[in-house]
Amino acid sequence: MDNKDLLNLIDITVSFEGFLALNKLNLNLKKGELRAVIGPNGAGKTTFLDVITGKVKPTKGEVIFKGKSLVGKKEHKIARLGVGRKFQSPRIFENLTVKENLEISVTTPKSPLNLIHKIIKDEQLNEIERLMKIVNLAQKVDSKAGSLSHGQKQWLEIAMLVGQKPDLMLVDEPVAGLTDEETDLTADLLKTLSGENTVVVIDHDMEFIRRLDSNVSVLNQGTVLCEGTMETIQKDKKVIDVYLGRPED
Amino acid sequence: MSFSKIKFDKKIVLSFWIILIALIIAAPTLLPVFRLNLLGRYLSLSIVALGVDLIWGYTGLLSLGQGIFFALGGYCAAMYLQITSSSEFPNNIPEFFALYGVEKLPFFWEPFRSPIFTFFAIWIIPALVAGLIGFLVFRNRIKGVYFSILTQASLLVFFNFFNGQQKLINGTNGLKTDVTQLFGQMVGSESMQRLFFWVTAILVLASWFFAKWVVKGRFGNILIGIRDDEPRVRFTGYNPVIFKTIIFSIAGGLAGISGALYTVQSGIVSPQFMTVPFSIEMVIWVAVGGRGTLLGAILGAVFINYAKSLVSEALPASWMFIQGGLFILVVTALPEGVLGWIQGDGPRNLLQRFGLKRKIETYPSLEINNKEGNNG
Repeated sequence: MDNKDLLNLIDITVSFEGFLALNKLNLNLKKGELRAVIGPNGAGKTTFLDVITGKVKPTKGEVIFKGKSLVGKKEHKIARLGVGRKFQSPRIFENLTVKENLEISVTTPKSPLNLIHKIIKDEQLNEIERLMKIVNLAQKVDSKAGSLSHGQKQWLEIAMLVGQKPDLMLVDEPVAGLTDEETDLTADLLKTLSGENTVVVIDHDMEFIRRLDSNVSVLNQGTVLCEGTMETIQKDKKVIDVYLGRPED
Repeated sequence: MSFSKIKFDKKIVLSFWIILIALIIAAPTLLPVFRLNLLGRYLSLSIVALGVDLIWGYTGLLSLGQGIFFALGGYCAAMYLQITSSSEFPNNIPEFFALYGVEKLPFFWEPFRSPIFTFFAIWIIPALVAGLIGFLVFRNRIKGVYFSILTQASLLVFFNFFNGQQKLINGTNGLKTDVTQLFGQMVGSESMQRLFFWVTAILVLASWFFAKWVVKGRFGNILIGIRDDEPRVRFTGYNPVIFKTIIFSIAGGLAGISGALYTVQSGIVSPQFMTVPFSIEMVIWVAVGGRGTLLGAILGAVFINYAKSLVSEALPASWMFIQGGLFILVVTALPEGVLGWIQGDGPRNLLQRFGLKRKIETYPSLEINNKEGNNG
């Protein structure tokens, strides 16, 4: 365990009534790293995010974030410690406007007393403007988030994630249902975010992962099968067997 | 050129207010005392409806137990009135105690000798009880239909408890207020009833503005967020338990004020305020008026109850069918309630159906963007 590590997952096991969703999973993330996580269906990718964000309590193992254990902490506490999450299907507040959605994410502190005062700080308003420009939604400020297109919803959720200023961003399938052009833009966006932030991207889309040009962890049956660059992964025999598939002879 | 929502004109809003205030001022002279008293009662019910709209319309918590807090407010007011009007009775305690051979005032009655204590107790006690029940329920992440069942079960617990306590609060008979004294006048007298009508009208407006203030801005947006996607709110770093407890407590406080006003205008508080149908009716008023509109809750409570009394006078026993029909109509045809329908696309769609208004010819997105138009 390195001091520079932002996140360490140590021997994480999650058992759903006997079924092992995660099986002695070990994973370390450095500060500022961009990491892609891939794996076939049922490999435990989403459970892996659930464990970090506190939705699922691991049966065994430790989650160390910034030197502190996250196991047993409530979701909102973990979020406040600096873990942000984007969900698989875009989960935004459809009945609120784009701006209101972003207000929810940038507001700090997140206590009822602070919110009832109603005065949003200028720096937070500036931050909202900046975010809306980054994700190209400046024209839609006062539109209901529910009226956005699928791609715009994905982007709004990414903007909300960035607005939370998390140290660790967990991004679950950010390009599902996006056009090729949008996919490329999303990849560039995530690349610019890493460096300052630590980003974990989960996806199926190989082209997209390749574009991220990052280290890749392959999950299979709840454990890390292989780690390395895209090239290493593609040559690895085990990975080819379970995931990429053998070229037909 | 906007086809989106019908926006209420400023002039219309202003004239609405002028008419409303004029009606409130004129009502005591225009209406016979009997009708005025009914209107006052129904206005007081609109305060509990506002609370239901806050927790259900905005936060998505369907409580079927608001009768608990409504009755608690009523009991607080009635206990004060009874105890301050008991000087002629044996032992200087309310008359009903003699029936059960009670000679000493139960301890929890003592603080209600004080008008100041009562003034705060009417809304703080129900708010605290609601906050406590709410916190325990929300902390265990009980929601949806389980929450509704739990609130109804709590209602029955309170109902049965109050029903059985003859020696403490006159049990099933309840506490009468109309023959008690306030400011040297009989509470049931005409002049007092006029006064209560004013107080009620002012408190309805005050509660309405308060509720609007609560849901405005980021606090209200979090409530809507909890209604639509609670886990998302949690992962953004907010603790929904606290927000839900606060809003449930506010609704409880409003129910208490409502119950106290209703009690002094109907002349009695009894465990009947905690029956299951009455708490469900509160939900129906809001559903018919329009969830998440606040004004809809007020209008729903007043109009449905007024209709109830008019229909019951003309055709006794038919009201239950009409109320049931109204609820089915709203659920099937007007899911947003009457006010929600008016504020939404309802009237335009209706006019279209009769060929009185043109249909939208472009895609709505083109009108929002207007990008294509600029390029061309």
